[in-house]
Amino acid sequence: MNKIYLDHAATTPMHPDVLKKMIKVMETYFGNPSSIHSFGREVRHILDETRYELANSIGAKPNTIIFTSGGTEADNLAIIGAVEGTRSKGNHIISTEIEHHAVLHSCHALEKRGYEVTYLPVNSEGLVTPEAVKAALRDETVLVSVMYGNNEVGTIQPIAEIGDLLSGHQAVFHTDAVQAFGIEKLNVDELKVDLLSVSAHKINGPKGIGFLYVRNGTDLAPRFFGGEQERKKRAGTENVAAIAGFREAVRISMDEQALKREQYLVFKQVFLDKLEKSGTKFSLNGSVAKSLPHILNLSLPGTNVEAMLVNLDLAGIAVSSGSACTAGSIEPSHVLVAMFGKDSERIQNSIRFSFGLNNTIGEIEKAAEETANITSRLTRN
Amino acid sequence: MIYFDNSATTKPYREILDSFTKVSLDYFGNPSSLHNLGVQAENLLSRARNQTAELLNVKPAEILFTSGGTESNNLAIKGTAMKYRSRGKHIITTNIEHASVYAAMEQLAELGFEISYVKVNSKGIIELENLEKAIRPDTILVSVIHVNNEVGTVQPIKEISRLLEEHPKVMFHVDHVQGVAKVPLDLHDCRIDFCSFSGHKFHGLKGTGALYMREGVSISPLLSGGSQELRVRSGTENVAGMVAMSKALRFSLEKHQQQLPNMLKIHDYLRKELSNITGVTIHTPNEQIAPHILNFSVKGFKAEVFVHFLEQKGIFISTTSACSSKKKAISKTLLAMGIPDEVAESAVRVSLSYESTMQEAETFIAAVSIAIKQLGEVMK
Repeated sequence: MNKIYLDHAATTPMHPDVLKKMIKVMETYFGNPSSIHSFGREVRHILDETRYELANSIGAKPNTIIFTSGGTEADNLAIIGAVEGTRSKGNHIISTEIEHHAVLHSCHALEKRGYEVTYLPVNSEGLVTPEAVKAALRDETVLVSVMYGNNEVGTIQPIAEIGDLLSGHQAVFHTDAVQAFGIEKLNVDELKVDLLSVSAHKINGPKGIGFLYVRNGTDLAPRFFGGEQERKKRAGTENVAAIAGFREAVRISMDEQALKREQYLVFKQVFLDKLEKSGTKFSLNGSVAKSLPHILNLSLPGTNVEAMLVNLDLAGIAVSSGSACTAGSIEPSHVLVAMFGKDSERIQNSIRFSFGLNNTIGEIEKAAEETANITSRLTRN
Repeated sequence: MIYFDNSATTKPYREILDSFTKVSLDYFGNPSSLHNLGVQAENLLSRARNQTAELLNVKPAEILFTSGGTESNNLAIKGTAMKYRSRGKHIITTNIEHASVYAAMEQLAELGFEISYVKVNSKGIIELENLEKAIRPDTILVSVIHVNNEVGTVQPIKEISRLLEEHPKVMFHVDHVQGVAKVPLDLHDCRIDFCSFSGHKFHGLKGTGALYMREGVSISPLLSGGSQELRVRSGTENVAGMVAMSKALRFSLEKHQQQLPNMLKIHDYLRKELSNITGVTIHTPNEQIAPHILNFSVKGFKAEVFVHFLEQKGIFISTTSACSSKKKAISKTLLAMGIPDEVAESAVRVSLSYESTMQEAETFIAAVSIAIKQLGEVMK
């Protein structure tokens, strides 16, 4: 049985060119970038070049990129680092109810330390409004953190508008772009964000590497202390091979961005058409107009998420109930709860399909057919 | 090419790169995913954890995977401080720690913790009675480096742990990053609560590390999020990296069994030959040391000049620890041992791996003699 992987929002396969690059670096350029001999200098060069290219990919200056061990660390560094960096200016934070746990749990940790956090609600499309941000904003707000594209339902937030309204306010503006980077065109100046988090393993790069963009002039307190790597903001020997692999993954995703967007939108349409034709009852979770092209979250009335996942898995189709990061448990999705309330049936009957490298139209058709079959089986009384 | 800078970083073993490739391509799932690919990735991660635990003679649930030695040290120290700050705000460490411990302590000092730095003697070792004297009712943590990364001295970890048995509320953290597969440490025999590891120091990959956390001990997390790694360290697990690290650990421990006598022979040879060269002072003491590090000065020579000269001959050594070498600071460890500034300034470090050969050591000694002769003439 050919397996069909439609869980690219959880993690992605590494691109073969990325892996090739990493192996080459591990074998040839294994030095410690802080060493002063040529082994060290060569790898330092790889870091500098990568920093330049990654910065370029979001319209930023090279000295604004801090490498981290991934999206979670980037989000933690952004949130805790920003409030610790601006400690004297206030203790109020604004975020949303639909953030990734790396952001939410960082905010919870800060609440325990005496910070006040406003979690903005969303509408039934999962959208936060700039007006809500404006209403919550206070003089003593030190941080606003709103994700770019939601990892469960794909809704894209009005980041540029929020950035606009924060202009001139002391609050540092962070966006978690882990799910959007690579597939959306991002420019930190147009978005007016001060901090932006990215993870490599969501774009066919390696696990264990990510970056945080930090606008020049933003006060950020470090989380890891030690050597003076990453402009003293993130100590630790740099993960050079992963960084080189990351660069390759970014190059590929930038080169193929337009093509992929188009392809995934077709996938979405084909999937929905197939379901429609089969007579399956379903509704889309998220926004039709403003959504990440690779994420499709569907509510299938009468089904149950666990049964659905097991049946699809048996049919060789890997999908998910939402975020993979709740460490293996099926807990009700906090994103769907925010959109529909905790008593909505959708929380029990929604699943996420996410597209990526190597998926074909044939696979999408097959997955849609299987979904229709399983739904019909599960809802037959 | 002779690479004698293995304390800065090591070359990954070919076999572990193969494992990394295989896992990356065939088992790329997110271990938290419920589908088959996720389950396979989770199984591999468990196997890596089991193997690591077995090799270290501890329980799998006592191993947390991290992004490296710096994170492990920061997590152990700050996680303990945050968890137990209501019990007390006093911490004891030494004056020869790695930057990732030292800087974490400085951060805690800024947050109102009080840090006592136990001094080492001229042999680079702390005296137990000094440590004992430093313990107070409000002490919550003792953090001691096992093998010093600059001179290779080995602290009496077992004796410290015995001493701390009388103080069950004081947590004990050991930075074992330089000691792995070089100087054995029995984590269960010693009462150690936290112990830090870094993959790239034993031929694993950069960006991989582990923290041993004794069963029953708890800690505040440094990274919040998806609750991976017993809720202490969130973030999608670097499965391929951890599989590679557990394999590198197995290989390194096997090499330790087979190759240690050879390494000791090379170390002895280097010490003997270097001490015969006029102007050379060896800083690494004769006893209580690791087998792979030798630190020495050549009188009147700037360390950088010496390192670059050898580099031109294809030999790679370092000035001080790589993490501080860009700062061009004088070795903190040497100053702590009472070595005068002008001598410490010219100190260089040789660090061996189990791949190092006697022939390389001979070439190195010859190159050092030539360097002293040629550079000496230039400087006259």
